[in-house]
Amino acid sequence: MDNDKASSIDWVRLSPWICTFGLFAIWELSVWLFGIPYYILPAPSQIGFAMYEFADGLWTNSVQTLWTTLLGFAMAIVFGLLLGLFIGWDKRIYAGLYPLMIGFNSIPKIAVVPILVLWFGAGWLPAVLTAFLISFFPIVVNVATGLATIEPEMEDVLRALGAKKLDVMVKVGIPRSLPYFFGALKVAITLAFIGSVLSETIAANSGIGHMMLTAQANFEVPLVFACLIALAVEGIGMYAIMAGLEQRMTGWAHRSGFNR
Amino acid sequence: MSAFVDIKDVTLRYKGRSGSQDTLAVEHLNLEVNQGDFVAVVGPSGCGKSTLMKLATGLHFPSVGSVRLDGAEVDGPVSIAGMAFQNPVMLPWRTTRDNVLLPMEVVEPHRRKIRTSRATYQQMADELLASVGLGDAGDQYPWQLSGGMQQRASLCRALIHDPRLLLLDEPFAALDAFTREELWCVIRDLYYEKEFTTILVTHDLREAVFLADTVYVMSARPGQIIVSREIPFPKPRPIEITYEVEFGELTHELRSHIAQARG
Repeated sequence: MDNDKASSIDWVRLSPWICTFGLFAIWELSVWLFGIPYYILPAPSQIGFAMYEFADGLWTNSVQTLWTTLLGFAMAIVFGLLLGLFIGWDKRIYAGLYPLMIGFNSIPKIAVVPILVLWFGAGWLPAVLTAFLISFFPIVVNVATGLATIEPEMEDVLRALGAKKLDVMVKVGIPRSLPYFFGALKVAITLAFIGSVLSETIAANSGIGHMMLTAQANFEVPLVFACLIALAVEGIGMYAIMAGLEQRMTGWAHRSGFNR
Repeated sequence: MSAFVDIKDVTLRYKGRSGSQDTLAVEHLNLEVNQGDFVAVVGPSGCGKSTLMKLATGLHFPSVGSVRLDGAEVDGPVSIAGMAFQNPVMLPWRTTRDNVLLPMEVVEPHRRKIRTSRATYQQMADELLASVGLGDAGDQYPWQLSGGMQQRASLCRALIHDPRLLLLDEPFAALDAFTREELWCVIRDLYYEKEFTTILVTHDLREAVFLADTVYVMSARPGQIIVSREIPFPKPRPIEITYEVEFGELTHELRSHIAQARG
């Protein structure tokens, strides 16, 4: 915290607000100054007006996207954690599955969406699955890495005492991989949003992605931007929750004052 | 009567990576350590000293030969041993006290008892910590301790389950000279108090001569014991002894053996 006098301004806390409002102010000014038409780049005030005008639709679709994302994300957590534990359990499993994982992660998920639509039809389900597919990878890799990098001395100490693999994992491996896991959640949640919106823009009849596509077709450019802002707000909100969770659960891993 | 630790004509071959040849870590290794003895094993780096430790604790098995501990063939992990390494490897999410108690959560019969009588065990850990000068550190996290303090805590962890055999793998190599000498005395005092058998693997000849009853010199890989030297100085030894002429001469003599072993 701030060590200066009580009356001094806490610039660190203020800084994100100043930067955010500063960006919007410059944006607004530039649009008016250069006379950019609203269908190319609408000014924040115009976007704000569109948000007000379409508040109902924005709200419903945001909520739709949010829960689609969270459902996919929840699946990614469960599956990612289990697969991560499985891969990190043994060197041979790690070696065997890692190339497959890398290969899978290299596939552009946009190419997978049509397949999902083919299987499950258009709607929210492909969106949930895309969110899941795109966000589980960082979780798996991080959990597996946390387990695979247990200090050999630690393992020796416990194994020499007759500890089973399960003991080593429960006492050392799993707590050790928690910071990796929570770190991965921050990355995964933003990826999950990308996945669900991606799928919504391709084949869905609700959600922010769908709304954006419709707005674009109707040339409602301010509304397209309003959708983007709504997504950004959701993204920041969820990220903040994940970061807070990480701080709570694995405070021991943050020894420097930087993250406090 | 056979020795407490009895390593007889042991050869251990590590499987090389595919294509390369197998590594011969130790060959025809013989070592006998009697109950209550303090022995030190010195040698050039990579001579299989750490392999020796793994053999004695049942983490590795010999390709040829036999390893017996307390009269029984070692055929799996031996819970009567405690280990400490150069790297103290403390778990950062546990307090120092809980780190010390870690072996108790694994080894029988404490494993079952520790859940119901945690307080008793915590007191045990605190007493042990106090005996190495860490009376106030129980509630602190290991990363709040200095290197020397962490190493003391690591010794406590190795000793908490009252092992009959203590294995030390260069435990003080990463410490500064003063802290190291302090810890020599800590080990010396613990040894006289608890009377465990100790095998100390080290690079530091002064350390070996100061602490051990017998110093063994190992050859370069594949490791064998080439010299066994009794240390005649009466025990317990004061730290000042390390500055005396006889001590220096003995260290020097061992040093020439190592030079040969490397050549």
